Amino acid sequence: MRMKSIFRHETILFLVVIAALVILSIQAEQFATIDNLLNQGRFLTEVSLVALIMTFVIVTGGIDLSVGSILGLSAIVLGVAWKKLGLPLPLAILVALSVGTLAGLFNGIIITRFKVPPLIATLATLALYRGLAEGISQARSIRGYPEWFFVLGQGEFFGIPTQLWIVAFFTLLTGFILTYTTWGRATYAIGANETAARFSGIAVDKTKLFIYAASGFAASLAAIIFVSRVSTTRSDMGMGLELDAITAVVLGGTSIFGGKGTIVGTFFGLILIQILKNGLSLAGVKSDGTYIAIGLVLILTLLISNLFNRNSEG
Amino acid sequence: MNNQYENNNKFFSRFLINYGQELVLLASIIILFVVVSQVNHRFLGGNNLNTIFAGNAYIGVAAIGMSILIITGNIDVSVGALIGVLATICGTLAVSGYPIWVAWTAPILVGIAVNSLVGIIVAYAGIPSIVVTLGMMSILRGGLISVTGGDWITDMPEGFFLAQQDFMGIRVPLLALIFFTILMFYIMSNTTWGRSLYAIGGNPEAARTSGIDLKKGVVIAFAVHGMFVGLSTILFATQLNIIQSTVPPNLELTVITASVIGGVSIMGGTGTVIGSSLATILFAAIGSSLIFIGVSAYWLRAIMGILILCTVLADMARRRRVVT
Repeated sequence: MRMKSIFRHETILFLVVIAALVILSIQAEQFATIDNLLNQGRFLTEVSLVALIMTFVIVTGGIDLSVGSILGLSAIVLGVAWKKLGLPLPLAILVALSVGTLAGLFNGIIITRFKVPPLIATLATLALYRGLAEGISQARSIRGYPEWFFVLGQGEFFGIPTQLWIVAFFTLLTGFILTYTTWGRATYAIGANETAARFSGIAVDKTKLFIYAASGFAASLAAIIFVSRVSTTRSDMGMGLELDAITAVVLGGTSIFGGKGTIVGTFFGLILIQILKNGLSLAGVKSDGTYIAIGLVLILTLLISNLFNRNSEG
Repeated sequence: MNNQYENNNKFFSRFLINYGQELVLLASIIILFVVVSQVNHRFLGGNNLNTIFAGNAYIGVAAIGMSILIITGNIDVSVGALIGVLATICGTLAVSGYPIWVAWTAPILVGIAVNSLVGIIVAYAGIPSIVVTLGMMSILRGGLISVTGGDWITDMPEGFFLAQQDFMGIRVPLLALIFFTILMFYIMSNTTWGRSLYAIGGNPEAARTSGIDLKKGVVIAFAVHGMFVGLSTILFATQLNIIQSTVPPNLELTVITASVIGGVSIMGGTGTVIGSSLATILFAAIGSSLIFIGVSAYWLRAIMGILILCTVLADMARRRRVVT
């Protein structure tokens, strides 16, 4: 019964994606070209990586508002470790990834050990991590990365943008974990009924710690790809990313109350947002108009989906 | 004797349970003032305090509405975008020659209308408020830029700048914050409607069986929140001689943080507007005092983050002790 309703939401979403693709390719000739679509994939990468793990976070009934700030902090750590501390770039990348993961782990500790609701805990660290990024960088940008580093964000691999391979890998990996492994089932169990999960022997706190740390890791990986794509590091990178990621996850049918949601849904949610952004701008709608469209699509999709679900239950 | 002591003790512990967070905030504000004024004597100069409080009062007024919403178990992440839109409406009406009272009333009415719509979607379609307001934020933000094109509004008529005026030596925004805080505190603790808000957030099932119309209650809470967003906008739009087409980044999070640090539980059902207003004042004072004791402006946000975190952890510790 529940599987059916999940399926239904994703079907609706899939139809909306197809409809958007058809309408937009009629409206704008440049839209449905391979080059354009692949290029759009580049812009999709950072928010995708974050949104995939955000799906896990929200399925446990939590939320992570600090991902945008972790992205900013990791980007600054990368730049400072490389340029100011003189570390070799690969090592600086490792340091940035570790800092991001630690930042996520710190969120997890506040949430599990001190029982602070995730919304509040990550609201506080949102300010803290962004503040650290500003303080460390003193609001100065860092440029001049070596040529090889740009392969990640601007290069291609078998004719497809490098970062798309990374996104594809993580989509399959997270989809597999959430659907087929004990960890994935534990994630659903925690979101559906945390007390019951605890009594049935699931290591609730450990699972949550791991998920928040993974969220931090995803944000820092996104930071590195972001820096490589735009060739510069700034402390305001990733501002507002959390809301974009949450929008994609929720649009994909994940319940904000936890216990329900899929990676496939998030994947469609991400694609729908990006083709709307790109297609509408190609069709001559100003970039501000696309925000309006995304907001409307978010509310309307959920409205329609709720109506269908209510009917099927009633 | 003994009995009276026990009564006193009971009264005291109940006072602590009910107003613990407010007391912590008040104590923090006083300690902060004492310490910073020792380091820099100009901090307590009347003009400085007036500037700090008046410049941030609009956040406090919005936080009153936000607290009402959170107490019913809902949230509004679109408040920053809405203040931007309402400020533009307010300024545009003023420069197009409408009477000033029309320019001041419009944001309140539009605020009520927009949030009532959100409330109806939340209550009757059963979509969580965080999701609906997330969508609304996107719509409002996009709408704002496409209408204004990023232009600032200037040349408002004389008499428009309510927030710059003084009344008995105190700036109007601060007076407004104090007035609305006391008013809402009274209404929420002493009227049937006020108590029903706590019931809706604390235990919806019990509220329903005791005859409260949950759906109507949520819509009204959103409408009242919309009114406060409108009032907040008037203070925001009239404090400077220009109205920019942007609001401070993450304004919605600042407002939510003020409510939550003020002791409003994000699970709903508890908290007071006095707490959220005190939290707003504390944040404003911290921000200003850091500058007065010579901390680099780039570290401000990090220090604020640490302080928010400490307040949250202290609050969790206090709540656990009170409960057990």
